[in-house]
Amino acid sequence: MTFEPADRVDAVPPSGIRRFFELAEEMDDIISLGVGEPDFSAPWAAREAAITSLERGQTSYTANRGKRELRERIAGYETERHDLTYDPDEEILVTAGASEGLDLAFRALLDPGDSIAVAQPCYVSYVPGATFAGVDVVDVPTRVEDEFKLTREVLEQSGAAEADALVYCYPNNPTGATMTGEELREVAAFCRENDLVVFADEIYADLTYEHDHTSIATLPGMRERTVVFNGFSKAFAMTGFRLGYAMGPPEAITAMNRVHQYTMLSAPTTAQYAAIEALENCWEEVEEMTSQYDRRRNYVLSRLDGMGLDCFPASGAFYAFPECPWDDASEFAESLLQSEGVAVVPGTAFGEGGDGHLRLSYATGLDDLKEAMNRMESFLQ
Amino acid sequence: MSSRREILNLLRENARYTTEDLAHMTGFSESEVETIVEEFEEAGVICGYQAVVDWSAVDTDEERVRATVELNVALDRETNYSDIADRIGKFPEVTSLRLVSGDYDFDLEVEGDSMREVSHFISDKIAPIPEITQTVTHYIMESYKEQGMTFDDHDDDDRLSVSP
Repeated sequence: MTFEPADRVDAVPPSGIRRFFELAEEMDDIISLGVGEPDFSAPWAAREAAITSLERGQTSYTANRGKRELRERIAGYETERHDLTYDPDEEILVTAGASEGLDLAFRALLDPGDSIAVAQPCYVSYVPGATFAGVDVVDVPTRVEDEFKLTREVLEQSGAAEADALVYCYPNNPTGATMTGEELREVAAFCRENDLVVFADEIYADLTYEHDHTSIATLPGMRERTVVFNGFSKAFAMTGFRLGYAMGPPEAITAMNRVHQYTMLSAPTTAQYAAIEALENCWEEVEEMTSQYDRRRNYVLSRLDGMGLDCFPASGAFYAFPECPWDDASEFAESLLQSEGVAVVPGTAFGEGGDGHLRLSYATGLDDLKEAMNRMESFLQ
Repeated sequence: MSSRREILNLLRENARYTTEDLAHMTGFSESEVETIVEEFEEAGVICGYQAVVDWSAVDTDEERVRATVELNVALDRETNYSDIADRIGKFPEVTSLRLVSGDYDFDLEVEGDSMREVSHFISDKIAPIPEITQTVTHYIMESYKEQGMTFDDHDDDDRLSVSP
């Protein structure tokens, strides 16, 4: 026997972002609007809590589900911020990033041959994650005319009614779209009527600029059929800590924990100490970062408008998703990178519905953002 | 649309934002931004614009010496804190002057070309003021952070250049 990728691994193509990463890495002095993580460092108090925990020698495993103190704080935070009520003992699982949580859900809550509707364009891990779990994917492409919101119409048209589960992310990466509670109602109704469970990736929940975030799990009849995923990477700028959590009914969390305990054992301990501090003392920093993103969002949208590029008013996360002026977004992105040294990611890297668009991340200082916009403007002329 | 206060926040962050930048970030038009800034200037809300300089990074032999000085004063019926502040604040060597709570009354910052110059200024101009009963001078040896800006090697962006 030699090493060959297993069929379900072989079935997943290499990431569309990878090629751009390699191109960009070869070049000097590029300005990248292609980064999917905050440009801020984690709040100092959180970093210091991590250091202190190391100094105290707190380097052992934690409970499989995560430190109780952390789960309690997560429960309190989710109640206060998002009106969600979960029991820290039974209904919260601390994971190595929200990504681990999603992988656990695919494997622990779906069987091979089940199918999952994936709202697209979306974060790059959903389709591969489902494929690794042997789960069939139903593409649900959202539309620019709906401002990339999920609607009953696209769910019906794509055949999502036959699926066992739905996964989506709002506020959305890559589009920056958000959904109000009212808009989520029809999605919730569709899922109840067709008996779908929902995996709601809410990792950008606290980065909204037009209205507060609403979780689908707060809508009638949805709590029992939803697993919510969140974490510390985006709002708290703690990507490298690799810490997220999943919240759901006890039976879902128990099943996910069964996989988690044999694979991850427990989420990184140092990160858990940092996260406890983040929830307790770092809210001001989060608000400051959010107001910075909002200024940059206004700046980017206004500049894109000035260049004559159509861009719906992205209202969450830290992405703008303008229409690409060329037919082939990959070709445009490559050409922009090579001639102007500005990296953006073609929407096609995020699946169906991303075609013909570009993802511009504004998790970049205003000086660089301005320079990138200037270069893009001169490239278009 | 942002508030007028947002213009202040932005200028506090970077006073060199252009009118155009401010307009893009706030949703005001450029002429609105200009009007708002002028109004703030006229009302004395915006008192000036200054660079935050790390003198230790300036490649020159010229020395900049700064000291903070604790001042104790004795008031009488004719003299209040503002009268004394008026007098002290007029010296160009004084870069900041604040009335503070605690063991002393005024906290002032003084800047000069040499320690000698600063010492002479304190002993010849400040200490002799009749209401001043005591001065304690602290020379600043090293500045790490001024007006919210940390003086260190700029953080390199160590993020991957493109990530999902």
